[in-house]
Amino acid sequence: MDDSIVKIESLRFQWSKNNNFKIFVPKLEVGRGKKVLFLGESGSGKTTLLSLICGFLEPLSGSISINDKIISDLTSTNKDAYRSDNIGIIFQQFNLLPYANVIDNIILPLYFSKQRSKKVENKINAAMNLCDQLRLPESILNQKASNLSVGQQQRVAVARALIGSPSIIVADEPTSSLDTEAQELFLDLMFDQISKNSSTLLMVSHDKSLTNYFDQVIDINEILVREN
Amino acid sequence: MLLKLTLNSLYARFLTVCMTVFAISLSLMLYMSVEKLRTSAYTSFTDTISQTDLIVGSRASSVQLLLYSVFRIGNATNNITWESYLDIIDRDEVDWAVPISLGDSHKGFRVMGTNKEFFNRYKFRGGQPIEIEKGFLFEDLYDVVLGSGVAEKLGYDISTPLIVSHGLESFTKHDDQPFRVSGILQKTGTPVDNTVIVSLAAIEAIHVDWSTGAKIPGQQTPIEEIRQMDLTPKNITAALVGVKSKLSIFYLQRWINDYPEEALTAILPGAALQELWRVVGVVENLLLGISVVVIFTTLIGMTAIIFSSLNERRREMAIWRAMGATPRMIIGLLMLEAFFISMLSVIISTVLLFFSLAVLQPWIDNNYGILVSIEMLSIKDIYVFIMFIIAAMVVSLLPAARAYWFSINDGMTIKI
Repeated sequence: MDDSIVKIESLRFQWSKNNNFKIFVPKLEVGRGKKVLFLGESGSGKTTLLSLICGFLEPLSGSISINDKIISDLTSTNKDAYRSDNIGIIFQQFNLLPYANVIDNIILPLYFSKQRSKKVENKINAAMNLCDQLRLPESILNQKASNLSVGQQQRVAVARALIGSPSIIVADEPTSSLDTEAQELFLDLMFDQISKNSSTLLMVSHDKSLTNYFDQVIDINEILVREN
Repeated sequence: MLLKLTLNSLYARFLTVCMTVFAISLSLMLYMSVEKLRTSAYTSFTDTISQTDLIVGSRASSVQLLLYSVFRIGNATNNITWESYLDIIDRDEVDWAVPISLGDSHKGFRVMGTNKEFFNRYKFRGGQPIEIEKGFLFEDLYDVVLGSGVAEKLGYDISTPLIVSHGLESFTKHDDQPFRVSGILQKTGTPVDNTVIVSLAAIEAIHVDWSTGAKIPGQQTPIEEIRQMDLTPKNITAALVGVKSKLSIFYLQRWINDYPEEALTAILPGAALQELWRVVGVVENLLLGISVVVIFTTLIGMTAIIFSSLNERRREMAIWRAMGATPRMIIGLLMLEAFFISMLSVIISTVLLFFSLAVLQPWIDNNYGILVSIEMLSIKDIYVFIMFIIAAMVVSLLPAARAYWFSINDGMTIKI
């Protein structure tokens, strides 16, 4: 077992049979516990790469392994289980369930992952601790997600990704709607929690100003080949 | 938690879900109303006459005999002689018998001659007796008792005079012997409501100056003289018979059917009513067809509503998927939702049905003579509801399959 948590080899993906456009990733390795930023402009394939790593999309060929497990070989159901056990996801639009309260949104992944659930003694307390560490006021814990401000929603999304300490956190441009000051505060809080969990962060963004925050910055154009 | 979130999700779409539930509830209520009407129409029909063991008439088919003797539709092909009637009531098996004589009319309503025993013996709706609403039964020869429908439609009251016409649609009237309303019956929802009832003697009296269906020219016997005459009928149209022991019904029926003096027919009213219902059963089949179509369209409607809400819920599905929900769970989520919607619709439609029945029952009974019973749901109703809920969950598989497709293809990017 080496120190890479994500390994991609000769990965080829095609959106549909009718569309000849393909992407090819010859090789990619991400070290355990690293904070990695994938930089690239819109439409460069960043999100597609994350979707492949998360097991949402099926590659045409090649392999993706996470924690030495080749997830591209897993069945759809096993892939879902593996994702919920090992990956916490932060969406660009945060994607909280608007009708559920803050606590229910945060503990949602524990319902699907026994492994993450086992790491948490008391779900509610764990969610409250995360909220506290992410500086979310106690008064909002029972509020519906739809009533929260953008900043609060963002931190709830981080708490949801972190609960149960998954080994990888995948974040899809979570700072795109924030100004510089708020961006800095958000990243500080997120990094702090990710470090405490010893998780690996894979984040995509088109914002070059973020490069200083990360251990490793990968230009998507250098690892990904577009084929027609 | 899945349950809690499903309920929360439904609550978040409160207005849409309410409209869906309301639409399905109305459809289900329509189905149940049609079913109630169908079964109540059947029950009311088959309960037109009860506790009468045999109906005896001249040789005819059972449906024909039932039609003219009970429903006052059509005519008897022949009469029964009074002697034959006496022979029948002399039988040991016979507990009681009521003769009826038909043939004349009043303003389109059939006139029936009978005796007072008719009011004690004729039962409907599982043994309910005929009750008098106003006045009294015939005491005088020219007294007449009206069914509630006749009194209401013609605006007659106690002491209103009336003239009986000869035959059904005849211009010849028995105007030399006017009658007077002595009593009006309560509504029964049976053909009795549309019957003008006189005594058998009165039928004889108005035909004293008649021979072979025509008035004897120049003959007019004074009423006082008629009152002194022996007005025992020579013929009757039919007789209602009750037996002492139910075991002897078939024996007596066979004896009457084989009666050597005259060609007679004895029918079991219950069996004949069932036979007649089968004849008019096309209406029942039509109602049954409507019920099936209503249920079918309800299911289609529900599927369409779930389909249309899928787009607005695509983000929600993607969140579930990202958190680790398998596509099977997404399908389960939609099926659970269909379960809640259909279950709630079933409960609301039942409440609505009972409420509207409580309000409309007297009106339906008064206007159509159909007593729609308000009673607990039958096993069949519960079975239909369970089947509906299962069917709702099955048809929700269609939108669920689409949601599955969305969730697989959306990945991390929700294309909305």
